[in-house]
Amino acid sequence: MQWTINGQVREAEVDFRTSLLDLLREQFQLSGTKKGCNQGACGACTVLVDGERINACLALAVQYQGREITTVEGLAEHGKLHPVQAAFVEHDGFQCGYCTPGQLCSAVGMIGELERDLPSAVTADLAAGQIEWQRDELRERMSGNLCRCGAYNGIADAIAAVLAEELGEEIAR
Amino acid sequence: MRAFDYHQAADGTQAIEQAVRCQQAEYLGGGTNLVDLMRETVERPRTLIDVTRLSRDITDTDGGGLIIGAAATNAALAGDARVRRRYPLLARAILSGASAQIRNMATVGGNLLQRTRCAYFYDTATRCNKREPGAGCDALEGFHRYHAIFGTSSSCIATHPSDMAVALVALDARVHLRGPAGDRQLAITELHREPGERPDLETELQPEELIVAVEVPPLAMAVHSQYRKVRDRASYAFALVSVASMVELDGDIIADTRLALGGVGTKPWRAWQAEAALRGQPATAATLAAAVDAELAAARPLPGNTFKVELARRLMIAELSQRLSDARNGGDA
Amino acid sequence: MSALDTGRSGDTQPAGVALAGDYWRPEGRPDPLGEKGRSGIGAPLSRVDGADKVTGGARFAGEFRFDGMLYAALVCSTIANGRIVGIDTRDAESLDGVALVMTHQNAPRLNTPPVFLRAPNGAAGDDHPIMQTDRVHWNGQPVALVLAETQEQADAAAESIRVDYAAEPAMTDFAIAKTQARQPDNVLGGPAEIRVGDADSALAAAAYRVDATYTTPRHNHNAIEPHALTLAWVNEAEGEGETLRIHDASQCVDLAVASLAEVFGIDISRIHITSPFVGGGFGGKTLWQHQILAAAAAKLAGRPVRLALSREGVYRLVGGRACTEQRVALGADDRGRLQALIHSGVAAMTRHNNLPEPFFQATKCLYAADHIRLSIDVADMHMLANTFMRAPGESVGTFALESALDELADQLGMDPLELRARNEPERDPTSGLAFSSRQLLEAARAGAERFGWSERSATPAGRHDGEWQIGMGCATATYPYMRMPGAAASITLTPDGATVGIAAHEMGMGTATVQTQVAAARLGLPVEKIAFRYGDSRLAGSVLAGGSQQTAAIGGAVIAAQRALVAELLSLVDEHSPLSGLSPDEIECRDEGIGAIGDGSRFESYRQILASAGRSELSAEANAAESQELGNWSMHSFGTIFCEAGVSAVTGEVRVRRLLGSFDCGRILNAKTAASQFRGGMIMGLGMALMEETLFDARSGRVMNPSLADYHVPVQMDVPEIEVMWTDIPDPHTPMGSHGVGEIGITGVGAAVANAVYNACGKRVRDLPITLDRLL
Repeated sequence: MQWTINGQVREAEVDFRTSLLDLLREQFQLSGTKKGCNQGACGACTVLVDGERINACLALAVQYQGREITTVEGLAEHGKLHPVQAAFVEHDGFQCGYCTPGQLCSAVGMIGELERDLPSAVTADLAAGQIEWQRDELRERMSGNLCRCGAYNGIADAIAAVLAEELGEEIAR
Repeated sequence: MRAFDYHQAADGTQAIEQAVRCQQAEYLGGGTNLVDLMRETVERPRTLIDVTRLSRDITDTDGGGLIIGAAATNAALAGDARVRRRYPLLARAILSGASAQIRNMATVGGNLLQRTRCAYFYDTATRCNKREPGAGCDALEGFHRYHAIFGTSSSCIATHPSDMAVALVALDARVHLRGPAGDRQLAITELHREPGERPDLETELQPEELIVAVEVPPLAMAVHSQYRKVRDRASYAFALVSVASMVELDGDIIADTRLALGGVGTKPWRAWQAEAALRGQPATAATLAAAVDAELAAARPLPGNTFKVELARRLMIAELSQRLSDARNGGDA
Repeated sequence: MSALDTGRSGDTQPAGVALAGDYWRPEGRPDPLGEKGRSGIGAPLSRVDGADKVTGGARFAGEFRFDGMLYAALVCSTIANGRIVGIDTRDAESLDGVALVMTHQNAPRLNTPPVFLRAPNGAAGDDHPIMQTDRVHWNGQPVALVLAETQEQADAAAESIRVDYAAEPAMTDFAIAKTQARQPDNVLGGPAEIRVGDADSALAAAAYRVDATYTTPRHNHNAIEPHALTLAWVNEAEGEGETLRIHDASQCVDLAVASLAEVFGIDISRIHITSPFVGGGFGGKTLWQHQILAAAAAKLAGRPVRLALSREGVYRLVGGRACTEQRVALGADDRGRLQALIHSGVAAMTRHNNLPEPFFQATKCLYAADHIRLSIDVADMHMLANTFMRAPGESVGTFALESALDELADQLGMDPLELRARNEPERDPTSGLAFSSRQLLEAARAGAERFGWSERSATPAGRHDGEWQIGMGCATATYPYMRMPGAAASITLTPDGATVGIAAHEMGMGTATVQTQVAAARLGLPVEKIAFRYGDSRLAGSVLAGGSQQTAAIGGAVIAAQRALVAELLSLVDEHSPLSGLSPDEIECRDEGIGAIGDGSRFESYRQILASAGRSELSAEANAAESQELGNWSMHSFGTIFCEAGVSAVTGEVRVRRLLGSFDCGRILNAKTAASQFRGGMIMGLGMALMEETLFDARSGRVMNPSLADYHVPVQMDVPEIEVMWTDIPDPHTPMGSHGVGEIGITGVGAAVANAVYNACGKRVRDLPITLDRLL
């Protein structure tokens, strides 16, 4: 079986039972992606597949053959932190760091969803073609990533800072 | 999780051939429910047939409805501009469920067939008639705060957990099925069964039968439809009660309405009684109260979920009132 | 963030830092690092381990590997009391990859572990034998362990094991157990009942009375990292025998070593635990059966083992917070002065552990009542031993006490803050000791002003926003200052900087960052030249990451090590040195060296001293001074929590719209990481207030929501922007003038939310969590 992981083609023979998460952590020793619940309830295992965020714990590795997978180890480019990573450090968007890789991949995926004007449960007018970037939107969209240390404010601040940079103005409260 | 075989199906027909050929086969969509249940040993298939290569297209029908490929992801459906414009309750219902990550994985077909979240169903150390017919039900006298008040039996009170299905039930969607005996269609309101004495039989699907598409008929009043979900935290939790609603006014008369409930039924709950009591009646508070009472007359709560009756009552009235108010104001939500 | 003062007033800073001395003595001198304006202290330095954590480079315990490592899976009991009468492991043993099935029939003989708070070296949750007999003591007890080549194989094998039990009657219903409650022999080492005067008579005679029962459910820590470890029995050196090498997720590496040494009957030198990153602890990452079982299985199989508990496994094997039923009775005169204060009740416990959930802790020190009676009884149950969870006692105890205060204020028609101010004590009301530092009223005043408390409606249900009823509530937060014995630190100086080593822990509190800052300031070095090493049982001292005491414990140890280091440095200089003849008390550290206090001309850099002495490095290690301060004063952190909540008039849903914590915790050492600690605690408090509950089936004693889908913790959408602020007034009797800040955040929040809900809609909820069904 073959996958493209962080731009590299990787191969392995795995048990059909093996999740994408265990493939990453145990076969390829990319342990940056975390196992918090193994049942899709915490988001610590979030990775990007073809740019979209998913829970790697509920994904069977066999089902994702041939796909482009990006993990936390693949976010930085040329040794330079991804803007979201740098913002998490600056805004203290974590404490213990265990949910952090999932938060980061989720945030990167979420920013893509906002850029594509996809709606969320708190989008007032679903029919509107354009989504207003505001704090409640990003909070709702990041609610699939639990943080027991309670770094939620820092996480929201970090993402808002990245969005503000992109937008050229502050993100509305 | 015990070992299993895995096959990927190129289309629905091939999937069915594979399922017929293999023992104890189950169809695998996004895996967000099945893989979890396999880890819990609640589901123990010998073979998984991956049906995510089935159509995921969302196409227009002649009359202005949509046909949704069963492999379309929940996220794709909720993000579709036509869905957002024509059926906002469907987009809102999907977006109210699970997390963005799960919605990116979960398929429409799989969502309809997801299984209950009853804690006793999940825990093989306890008794559950759905897992093991005849074993007994530990939820009846156990924790059943999340459980159903409609469609229950002495065998099972488990709630159907889907939000999307509630919206589709309100929209009178039809499921397109393919099986060894050929293709057929079923009203989605007929897809799920009430538990009765056989809570293990959850749908009207025949062995190896597969959902290949969901068709949503055109419905003008759905443009102003809504879905409101009440749960124990602000996001990422299953419904205590949810309400899908829409109305059409003719002057002061309720010309038509659709009302469905989540979190309260053993199946996605269409509020037929309430609808019947609303249609053709003046749009007054008394009408709403009578209609909601008519629906709730069938509720069979238990000590731990009695609150759902009052919550459902308030939520239905609040939502219908809002829809009526919106309709009077020209439909601007 | 709106710190009153985050240490930015750096322009007046003194040139150097004299050595700290006898801060613990009544006539002692405060630690000079606690003085305002110290460079670096309080600065919002970003985490030193930040880059590791955001790139996936931080390796957690379950991510290390040994060659030939096997994966473990557990089978847990499904009855609460009884015996195993049969275990069929044949299917499991026949499966591919299975290397070992361990049950009580073949497990190596193990000694029973010493229990936390009962034995001096105890780190274990309970004193049950571990897979040694056929007895089952709780629903979820491990009864078999499988080792296999892959996790998938191990899990499948564990699932195939059939266990037959002979169940015996079990006490699994708290409603029944509490009727047979007993007084425990101690509560955290102190008495289980405390009396000042005659509270019952005073209550009966009081003009105004509140007498109510409050309940709090079981809670689980739910650190996002499930407990995991990777271990091997290795030969470190020829002829020395095996060493048990463990990568663990631990908040007590030294206690765990000591306990494991007893279990395996080996010397503590033969066990080495490291734990550089811990994915959250909150009291749960101590010693439970999984570490012992993994080590035993590795011994039996002769191969290294990885054991990662599933999320359900954490609920089955790792205890949580016990449920409580508390009575708070207040009697007051017409001016709101407390004449009687009774806080009593019962908490679930087992006969095999020693933690009566100490819900009266906060009540001991908070209010100046004339007559006080406090007591805790325990209800023995057949359940997994309960344990410490963030602010054990204070978290749930302040819910009851501070709700009752609010009820009294309501009865008196008095502002709840004013009621509290009128009962501010001069001295500790139960111990009689003077407070080392208590600026609660200042914190409350500043917090109220910032929050806009004056806009609170004096009567309930006075504000609306559409369907939302809006209310405000407040509550006092408090948590004790502690500095436990056993701390020691080493400092190694090289020409390039200093390495500080101490067997302490970083579970996200910011320890590594803050202690780097503190060491830099203390040694007069830039933070870049400090390496802080921790999370390794072979480092100096024994420090528990618990009781919010780590910061002070490390501080005290580094103070002692610095003094030893300076003495060593002075012993190296010859008579031509400008430092010649100086004693440590005449020295201050500054500019990467040491010099005479107040004399800029007498100075040598560390580099110069080492070079002159021909040394490449210099090390010193010392034990922290005994924590005599705890006997001299009543020492606590304080704060006031302010909450604005909305309650839907339609659905009863509660949304916390604003939350502010104003704290008095001595000097804040890092404005950024401290703010995160406060907020994190407050968010856990918000979870406790609104949604958290471990569902314990009273029929079976089984936890029925052992998952993060069904045990709700707050998600991003539940959490408003939380303001935190602090007095930043140093406590003259603690290292750095600071207190730990890890636990106080959760205290008071439950009541602040409940009080805000009452103010919003007029409904008083005395049972947590405040779910919407309680408000319909």
